[in-house]
Amino acid sequence: MKRSFTRTASSALVLLLSAGLAAAGGHCAAGKTLTEDTLTIATGNPAYYPWVMDDAPESKAGFEAAVAYAVANRMGFEDAQVTWVRSSFDQAIQPGAKDFDFNLQQFSITEEREEIVDFSLPYYSAAMAVITRQPVVDGGAEATLASLKGLLWGAHASTTAVPMLADVVQPDADPLLYGDNADVVEAMKANQIDAALMDLPTALFTAAVLMDDGVVLGQFPPERSQNPDQFGLLMEEGNPLKECVDAALAELTEDGTLAAIEAEWLAEATGVPVIE
Amino acid sequence: MAKLELQSVTKCFGDNVVCRGIDLRIDEGEMVCLIGASGSGKSTLLRCMNLLEPVDDGVILLDDIDIAEPGFDPQPVRQRIGIVFQSFNLFPHMTAVENVMLAPRRVHNRSREALLPEVTELFTRFGLADRMQHYPDQLSGGQQQRVAIVRALAMKPEIMLFDEITSALDPELVGEVLDVLRTLREAGMTMVLATHEMGFARELADKVCFLDNGVILEEGPPEQLFSNPKQERTRSFLARVL
Amino acid sequence: MTETNLDGPAAAPPGLTRRQIYEAQIRRRSLRVAATSTVLVLLALIVLIPLAPGWEGVKKSFFNADVFARTFPGLLEAFLLDVAIFAWSAPLIFLLGLLIALCRDARSPALYPLRLFGILYTDIFRGVPVILVIYLIGFGIPGLGLPRPWNSPYIWGTVALVLTYAAYVAEVLRSGIESIHQSQRAAAASLGLSHSDTMRFVVLPQAIRRVVPANMNLFIALQKDVALLSFIGPVEIFRQAGVYKSLLANFTPYVGAALIFLAVTIPATRYADYLMNKQARARS
Repeated sequence: MKRSFTRTASSALVLLLSAGLAAAGGHCAAGKTLTEDTLTIATGNPAYYPWVMDDAPESKAGFEAAVAYAVANRMGFEDAQVTWVRSSFDQAIQPGAKDFDFNLQQFSITEEREEIVDFSLPYYSAAMAVITRQPVVDGGAEATLASLKGLLWGAHASTTAVPMLADVVQPDADPLLYGDNADVVEAMKANQIDAALMDLPTALFTAAVLMDDGVVLGQFPPERSQNPDQFGLLMEEGNPLKECVDAALAELTEDGTLAAIEAEWLAEATGVPVIE
Repeated sequence: MAKLELQSVTKCFGDNVVCRGIDLRIDEGEMVCLIGASGSGKSTLLRCMNLLEPVDDGVILLDDIDIAEPGFDPQPVRQRIGIVFQSFNLFPHMTAVENVMLAPRRVHNRSREALLPEVTELFTRFGLADRMQHYPDQLSGGQQQRVAIVRALAMKPEIMLFDEITSALDPELVGEVLDVLRTLREAGMTMVLATHEMGFARELADKVCFLDNGVILEEGPPEQLFSNPKQERTRSFLARVL
Repeated sequence: MTETNLDGPAAAPPGLTRRQIYEAQIRRRSLRVAATSTVLVLLALIVLIPLAPGWEGVKKSFFNADVFARTFPGLLEAFLLDVAIFAWSAPLIFLLGLLIALCRDARSPALYPLRLFGILYTDIFRGVPVILVIYLIGFGIPGLGLPRPWNSPYIWGTVALVLTYAAYVAEVLRSGIESIHQSQRAAAASLGLSHSDTMRFVVLPQAIRRVVPANMNLFIALQKDVALLSFIGPVEIFRQAGVYKSLLANFTPYVGAALIFLAVTIPATRYADYLMNKQARARS
């Protein structure tokens, strides 16, 4: 009894301290969440590696799961005060009340989307990567724009890969588009497309785990791109929680926590050639 | 030698025996009329003669060849024995002339051009020259039935069967169809009629058969059968219809 | 006598009987009632829906004029692909459907395997969701290792649509074939026509005509299901609308796509109904 009291007291003290150290935002979220003293976070159904490990965000394992808990803690919520719900992309952007405080599943921040929903500051700048199969590489495909133009392209239709293909790669043949990445992979296996554009972590996972002869041919690094693909936490338009979330993210970025999480879960990303 | 001879022809539909061992002889150029109440087996007997219905038992000799033998190819027989139905059965999606030409074109492999003169001649002969391009639903019942007769004749059959061909017609249209039969009779066509037109049968038939419950109860020249029937049932039937 | 003769035409307009006048009155009254109730319902919709608290959000997401104007031309262009897929699928569907229907009509025992095939075929393809057939054939068969261009999703997606819809068309055609009265076959047989000639010249022309309205309905459904090919890659109107939706986080492109579909299917549906009514009148 006594010991547990001490533990609670000490952890509360740590929390208070960290909150106090960071900003005066400790109680910023008070009264702004869906449920009092609870932070409801949404992710995809299912949620994929390496963003969420084993489709279990409660385990805090996986990049987005870790980011979510880091943001929650920084906003003053304990782990036990975090509840997870699932949502599709369409559910996230449909008008009306949301059933989550924020939603993270690799939502790219775009101007047009900002008109309908709110985004936090970015928590990750994604490189777009070219995934293909070994036979295509053997056939002479290289990590140059000139070589990429001649390939048959595919992409997940509701990602920013679609405008990027059109603006940057400008392929000779119209790309084929699919409802999710599993279908993109299937089309690649059926040799209906040569290559696909995905965010780098997903591409690495797909090439390594989902395909026998998958190759990540190259990446478009975010800093090189005029319009870098940045992931943000999605919130209902006008959500008062936004300032708290942004404050937490700003601190996490500043003190290197985000970079550490990224290094822990998305470390393999190095070594992929940059497309000229 | 008989043109067509039936020996002990039996036909059943399930448990229902429709023809019970019928014997009938039809000579070349003869006109035979089958009379009797509805359901007495007249229509079925006609349809057996050109193998539209397979015979269960008995023999049908066409020029001394047994066509009732199970497995005998019915198609050549049907080309030699034409039939006209009570309900005309014209093909409604074809004009009168197409109705008539279809079978000769497909079965005898003759071209429309080659057929046209003789088909036109048939239409003209039966007063239908201006109806050749009409569809069946644009024709009166009498005209439709005459087209159906022309259609059967265009195959140049050796025998013609007529299955109550005036029964579905309005009374004022019966005459024009009977006139056609008269013309055929004069031309020497071998004909078998199932009919309710007693006056017509009496006037023109060589032989009249009275069917009752699947058997030919009485047969003979019309004068004898109509004026002096031997069987009581024949007498009562005639009393009812005359 | 003379009086009634003079008054008669004056009381009633020439050419109309008392019954006709009465029925015209009834007709005018029901028209008035129908018009009034329609207007009331429309007014209620127009006035009440915007009063709902979420209307502004719904309007912004589904009925956004800006988004509509920006995306509509692209949607129209993508719709051309739907039209093209429909145009090359429809004749193939009809031919295969006819073939299957003929299989099912095969009567001689030697052809029983054909008949069995026809039955199995229609049972299976009517029982499986179209989208499953499209995935299975669109990814599965090219996955066996076909070389380009023979592994194209356009080819195998079309095959999937044709296989599925042919099963429905076959059933409709078979019902048409069975609706042709036995006496027509008897008349053809009595003229010495073969089975195949009887089918080709006598039964089929009538059967096909008789089921035109039912087939029209199937082909209207096909026009909508063409969009399912987008699941295996082709960027037709449904997929294009999805891309716009993701880019703009707005559902208005789907509304635009729906309008384009309706512009085609409503006239087609009306026409099919018209044909159906005409046929019902002709038969009665």
